Amino acid sequence: MQEVKDFKPTIVAFCCNWCSYAGADLAGSSRLSYPADVKIIRVPCSGRVNPMFILKAFERGADGVIICGCHPGDCHYSTGNYYTRRRLALLYSMLDYMGIERGRTRVEWVSAAEGVKFSTVMNKFVEDIRALGECVKLGDIRCKD
Amino acid sequence: MLKIGVFVCWCGSNIAATVDVKQVVEAVKLQQGVVFATDYQYMCSEAGQLIMRNAIEEYKLDGVVICSCSPRMHEATFRKNAERAGLNPFMVEIANIREHCSWIHKDVEEGTIKAIALANAAIAKVKLNAPLISGESGVTKRALVIGGGIAGIQTALDIAEAGFQVDIVEKSPTIGGNMAKLDKTFPTLDCSACILTPKMVDAAANPNIELLTYSEVEKVSGFVGNFKATIRKKARYINTDLCTGCGDCMSKCPSKKGKNEFNCGLNNRPAIYIPFAQAIPNVAVIDPVQCIKITKDKCGLCQTVCSAKAIDYKQQDEIIEREYGAIVAATGYKPIKLDKFDEYGYSQSKDVITSLELERLMNAAGPTGGKLVKPSDGSHPHTITFIQCVGSRDISGRGKCYCSKICCMYTAKHAMLIRDKYPDVNVNVFYIDVRTPGKNYDEFYRRAVEEYNVNYIKGQVGKVYESDGHLVLQASDLLNNEQILVNSDMVVLATAIEADESAKKVASMLTASIDTNNFLTEAHAKLRPVESPTAGIFLSGVCQGPKDIPETVSQASACAAKVIGLLSKAKLVTNPCVAHSDELLCNGCSNCANVCPYGAIGYETKLINDHGIRENRRVAVVNPALCQGCGACTVACPSGAMDLFGFSNSQIMAEVEAICKK
Repeated sequence: MQEVKDFKPTIVAFCCNWCSYAGADLAGSSRLSYPADVKIIRVPCSGRVNPMFILKAFERGADGVIICGCHPGDCHYSTGNYYTRRRLALLYSMLDYMGIERGRTRVEWVSAAEGVKFSTVMNKFVEDIRALGECVKLGDIRCKD
Repeated sequence: MLKIGVFVCWCGSNIAATVDVKQVVEAVKLQQGVVFATDYQYMCSEAGQLIMRNAIEEYKLDGVVICSCSPRMHEATFRKNAERAGLNPFMVEIANIREHCSWIHKDVEEGTIKAIALANAAIAKVKLNAPLISGESGVTKRALVIGGGIAGIQTALDIAEAGFQVDIVEKSPTIGGNMAKLDKTFPTLDCSACILTPKMVDAAANPNIELLTYSEVEKVSGFVGNFKATIRKKARYINTDLCTGCGDCMSKCPSKKGKNEFNCGLNNRPAIYIPFAQAIPNVAVIDPVQCIKITKDKCGLCQTVCSAKAIDYKQQDEIIEREYGAIVAATGYKPIKLDKFDEYGYSQSKDVITSLELERLMNAAGPTGGKLVKPSDGSHPHTITFIQCVGSRDISGRGKCYCSKICCMYTAKHAMLIRDKYPDVNVNVFYIDVRTPGKNYDEFYRRAVEEYNVNYIKGQVGKVYESDGHLVLQASDLLNNEQILVNSDMVVLATAIEADESAKKVASMLTASIDTNNFLTEAHAKLRPVESPTAGIFLSGVCQGPKDIPETVSQASACAAKVIGLLSKAKLVTNPCVAHSDELLCNGCSNCANVCPYGAIGYETKLINDHGIRENRRVAVVNPALCQGCGACTVACPSGAMDLFGFSNSQIMAEVEAICKK
C-alpha cells in the first residue's frame, strides 16, 4: 500500500512498569521525540498482556500494537517476558490467519536505561505502520459507536 | 454513577508549553462521569494538592485522574493526598502527559490531542478501579551484602552498628576487594592498607557481622522484607576453625606456579596460599586446579607440615540457606581486558602495564617490595609515560563509552609519588581532558604539574612499540599541533573500569535492573540513588557506576541508612494490586500455578454454589502475601477466572478502547 503522507495511525504500546515504561519516561526526560500516534498503556509486566487486548485493539481500529518488556533474563518477575515471547509467537499465526499483517504487531525489549532505544523503536514502528497504511481487515466486524 | 474528578497539571511550562491544558480540561468535561475538571500550575505542590482534596470532598468524588508527570514520579504523592481527603488511594489514576507527551512532542495541537486521549484512557480505567486495602508483611531483621570490598564492608559495618545482623558474601578468599590492592589513595596520599585493614578487622570482629568469604550467592527468592538466599560456600580444603594463618604450608608447597591474583599476576603464588598478609579471614585456601594432591593425589606436604591439622583435601562445597529482609549489591568493578587495544603494546611488552599493576609495583607488600623497576629486566626506569582514557570515553565500540572517573586522579597520584620517590625519573602524561571535580582534587592535580613538574601532554597516543631496548610512543600533541615521538622506559595505561563480571548474574538473581554497561540501575538518578527499582534491593559502590573511594564510602553509608530504615520497620505495607480468582469460573486446571514465579497460587477444595448447584470443586487460591502482581496467571487462565487488582482485564480493555476511539 502506498504511504499516505497525512495518515495518522493509531498505535497502542503496552509497556511493562519496570523496564519499558521507565525507558519511555527516560525518552521523555531526555526529550527524544517519536510520533504522537503512539499511546502507552502501563502494565505490570509484558506477561500481563493478554492476546485478547491486542485483538481488542485491532477490533477497535488500532493500526499497530507494540508490546515492550524487559530484556530476556532481566524480567522483574523473572520469567514474565519469556511467556510474552512464546504467547505472541502463537498470536502472530492467528493474526496472519485473520489477515492482519505480521508487521502490525511487534515485541521489543527496552530496559529502563534505554530511552534512546525506546524512541528509535517507536519511530521505526510508526514508520512501518505508516507504510502499511490503515488496518482495515477487521473493519466489517468492528464495533461502531 | 461514579463521580470522577480530573486535574490537569501545567508542570510550570513543562506540560503547558506543548499541551493546551485548558483545552484538555474542556475535553475531559465531556466524558461521562466527569463531574469536575480543573487545571493548576503545579498539582504536586501543597496548593495543588489542596485543590484536589477540596474537590474530592466538595463533589464527593469516587475517582480521580491526574494528568501530570509519570506515575513513577508522583503516583504515591497523589494517592496519599486522596487518602487524606477520605478517598481510597487506589481510586487515583495518572495520565502521563509529561514524559509520554509534552516532552517528546513539539506541536501543540498534536500534543493536546494526545494528552486528551491519554486522559480519556485514564478516565475509562479509573471508572473500573476498585478500592483496595494494603496488607502487611513482616521483616526479617537481617541483611545480606553481596561483595566484600570497601563498599560492602562500609555498608555492613553501618548496618551492624545500628544493631542488625549482616552477612557479607565475598566470592574471593578474603574481603578487601580492589582497595586492598592499592598502594596510596588520593587526594591525601594515605596508605590504602592503613585505612582499609582496620575496617576489615572491624568487620570480622563485629558480633553482628558474619563473613562468608570464598562464597557465592546462587539463588534469591522472595520479596522485600522476606528474601531467601542460597549461598554456596566453596571448599577451601582448609578447616578455617583450625588454621592459624602461620603460612608454613605456603613455604613448603612445591606447586608455586599459580598467578598471584592479589599482585595482578605480576608474580606467582603456591597452590596453598593466603592472599595477602592482612587478609581477612587470615586463613589459607587451596587452589584445587593447581594442587598436586587434589589433581593427582600426590604430594600432601602441606598436611604434613600443618601443625594445626587444618588441611582437609576431602572438603566439599557447603550450601547455606538464609533469610534476609534486605539485600545490598556491592559487586564492584574490575579493569577491562586490553586485548582490543593492541596499539598500546600491552601484550607485546612487559614494560607496558596497567595502573593497577603499577599500584602493586609501588607497594611495599608487592612483588618488588615497593621498588619501582622495569618488569622486563628489573632495571631502574628513567622515563615513565602514562596514557589516560585507555578504553574510557571510547566511542569506537572497543572500550566503554563512559568516563571511568578515577583515572585522572590516580594518574596524578602515581606521577606525584614517582617524582617524590625517584626525582630522577621523568614522568609524562598523555590526556584528552583532565577531570578533577571533588574536594581538594584540582589542587592535588595542580601540585603534580606545578610542584612535581609532571609533563602533561594533551593528545592521544596512536602506537607504542619497542625500539633499541626502550619503548617509543607515537602521539599527537594537540596544543602544539604536531605529531611527536616520545621515548619511555615504561608505559602505564589508565585502563577503563567496568562492572565486575558477577554483576549481571547478581542483577538477574535479584531481579534488579541493569544498564547496557552492566551497572545496576538506581530507582531514581537523583532522588533515589542507592535503591534499586526492586523493593528491598540496595546498591553500594561501583556496581552502580564508576566512583572513587570517598564517593563509594558515602554511597555505602547512604545505602546502609536505607537498609536500616527498612529493617527498623515492624511491618511492611504490601502492594494490594495482586491476583485473585473467581471461584465460580475456576476449573482448577493449575495453569496459573504453573506460571506463577512466586508459588503464590495454591488449590483448595471448596463447596461452590454455582447457580444453585452445590458441589465440591478444586479451585485456585492466591496467597496475597506472596503474590507480587505480575499478572502472568491472568493470561494463563483459560477460563478467565484469574484477574489482577489495579490492572484488571476490564480496566486494560477500557484503556485500549479509549485510545482506539477515533
